[in-house]
Amino acid sequence: MKMFTPKTTVKSKAKMDVTHSLMAHFPAPDGTDWLSKARADATARVNAMGLPIARDEYWKYTDPAPMNATDPMFSGPSAASDVFTGADAVTITLIDGVVQGDLPKVDGLEIALLSDAAQADIHWVQDTFGVLEAASQGNVERPYAALNTAIATQGVFINVTGEVKTPVRLVYGSDGGQCNLHHVVKLAAGASATLLEEGTMAARSTSVTEVVVEDAATFDHLRLMMDVADRQTVTHIFSRLGEESTFRSFTLTSEGALTRNEAVIDINGDNATAHIAGACLGDGDFHHDDTVFVTHDAVDCESRQVFKKVLRNGATGVFQGKILVKPGAQKTDGYQISQSLLLDDDSQFLAKPELEIYADDVACSHGSTSGAIDEDALFYLRSRGVPYGTAVDLLTLSFLAEAIEEIADDRLAEIVLAHLEETLSARR
Amino acid sequence: MLDIKDLHVSLEDEDKQILKGLSLKLETGKVHAIMGPNGSGKSTLSYVLSGKDGYEVTGGSAELDGDDLLDMDPEERAAAGLFLAFQYPVEIPGVGNMTFLRTAVNAQRKLRGEDEMSAGDFLKSVREKAKSLKIDADMLKRPVNVGFSGGEKKRNEILQMAMLEPKMCILDETDSGLDVDAMKLVAEGVNALRGPDRTFLVITHYQRLLDHIKPDVVHIMADGKIIKSGGPELALEVENNGYADLLAEVA
Ligand SMILES: Nc1ncnc2c1ncn2[C@@H]1O[C@H](COP(=O)(O)OP(=O)(O)O)[C@@H](O)[C@H]1O
Ligand SMILES: [Mg+2]
Repeated sequence: MKMFTPKTTVKSKAKMDVTHSLMAHFPAPDGTDWLSKARADATARVNAMGLPIARDEYWKYTDPAPMNATDPMFSGPSAASDVFTGADAVTITLIDGVVQGDLPKVDGLEIALLSDAAQADIHWVQDTFGVLEAASQGNVERPYAALNTAIATQGVFINVTGEVKTPVRLVYGSDGGQCNLHHVVKLAAGASATLLEEGTMAARSTSVTEVVVEDAATFDHLRLMMDVADRQTVTHIFSRLGEESTFRSFTLTSEGALTRNEAVIDINGDNATAHIAGACLGDGDFHHDDTVFVTHDAVDCESRQVFKKVLRNGATGVFQGKILVKPGAQKTDGYQISQSLLLDDDSQFLAKPELEIYADDVACSHGSTSGAIDEDALFYLRSRGVPYGTAVDLLTLSFLAEAIEEIADDRLAEIVLAHLEETLSARR
Repeated sequence: MLDIKDLHVSLEDEDKQILKGLSLKLETGKVHAIMGPNGSGKSTLSYVLSGKDGYEVTGGSAELDGDDLLDMDPEERAAAGLFLAFQYPVEIPGVGNMTFLRTAVNAQRKLRGEDEMSAGDFLKSVREKAKSLKIDADMLKRPVNVGFSGGEKKRNEILQMAMLEPKMCILDETDSGLDVDAMKLVAEGVNALRGPDRTFLVITHYQRLLDHIKPDVVHIMADGKIIKSGGPELALEVENNGYADLLAEVA
């Protein structure tokens, strides 16, 4: 694996001041155990890169300043979320990141916690924790992910060895504080699992999820981010895909003053599939940034990025998506679409789609659009007796449909759709 | 009864008058036809009656059984019993035809303070009506009008009309783009809905639709006004001689 080398050596003083003042709040890791070492390495990465500040190219459309604040952020409490209650999942509840109660037992997988990792010998996580994150720093710097590796004290580790039908569900609630969560999911060759996440991790949070999908393994991920309007979060999902493996991740976001969701997917095995999708309903004080980086480094692989944003009352949506096709990654089928539905003139969508292709036998396409509600369609629906609000909701759902269709499991898709309809009608 | 009096309509964005004092009385249970050259304002009349944005009513009135139509939202007009079969039905990707129909039927019932139609009754009714219009299960499942041929779109309009059971039906060039068989099918669909409580306003260019849907009254429209009204023979006159003579008469 490529070692981390900082791209630029000279960082602005402003950037380093911000970095040092935030890092001063966290004790330097000094143990000799593997975790302390991983944290010390990550701390070194953060100090070398410096935290993002407003002028950084990769943060052009999203101001990272709130995430660098040293004062604690508090918000009202939010109850543990309950959308996937009917999904027949095993549930782990985390309040401000802290796991409540005992861990569930599921055939075919093992669950452990980051908070126990220093004491217990969880050998299987050591070659992954912080490793995918560190490897990703070669392309573009992702300082908050390194920061998370350095300071996160909570997180769930899942080692999947069988074909597990029962989804593992992480339910978040918050008393209004801050937290940093670092999850690791490993799927052995031929294994499969579904991870559900829902709720608000904390008022201000970072999360990193490192997912290793070995040959012929399948990972499904569904995430609902809602409830607390003024919360701020930066999340990263890193994944490495083996031969004939499948990775599918879908996120629905309906609240959040600041959300930056990064997905960094390395397709390393032939015939693998990666689908990353997102739908968001932004209303008012809402800023949502999807930043995706898919690297094709194998033959005959397919990747899809499908992101749809509905924005109103001054909400902002951002999409930065890249498909990198490395030399030799022939027969790559790459698709990327990012679209926004702007329900008024106050809202905005900023998109930066990118293709970088070094192989000649590939089919890659991308598109990005911004549009208002189709007035003719709206009138057609109303002329049939559908009231204005219901008609707008129907057209909104119709706009989001392509993203929702990325959810592979019909039953889970139905739950998400019902939640979406409920959210829309509550806002009407 | 639909009573339109001295209706004046301009475009909202441009200083252009389209309807210039149009009056029409459509007695309940009757079939009225409107014929007229392109650009005379027939579609505009149908849009203004159903409440489309972009038009400004600068004078006159339109009342459906005594209720002021022009004061209502489009959905309220629909609930009051008005239905427009569009000249160009709109495609709505991502919304299933069936979902759309059920939403519309129940929304109208709700606006009228009636109970929703049960899922079973709805299905039974749709299947029956779709069958007589030769609309197959696939067309019911597909997104509204997406990928439909011209004829399929028009039959879909008639299916909506049959499901919504309006008392005032406006058909805007429902025959355009249809071959003879498709036109017969559509005409049969319309004739099946004829009754003493239902009024029709059939906008068309051609006599041939009126061979199948026999009108009680025929009106000729030109330059935003009704210039002549008469019996079915007026349509034949247009068919044989065109509009030129009629236009010359009033000029
Ligand atoms: N939205 C519009 N914008 C510009 N012109 C319009 C609009 N709607 C109608 N018109 C004009 O008004 C006139 C009447 O149009 P229309 O009602 O479609 O006539 P018809 O259906 O009888 O052919 C035409 O000159 C047409 O170009
Ligand atoms: Mg017309």
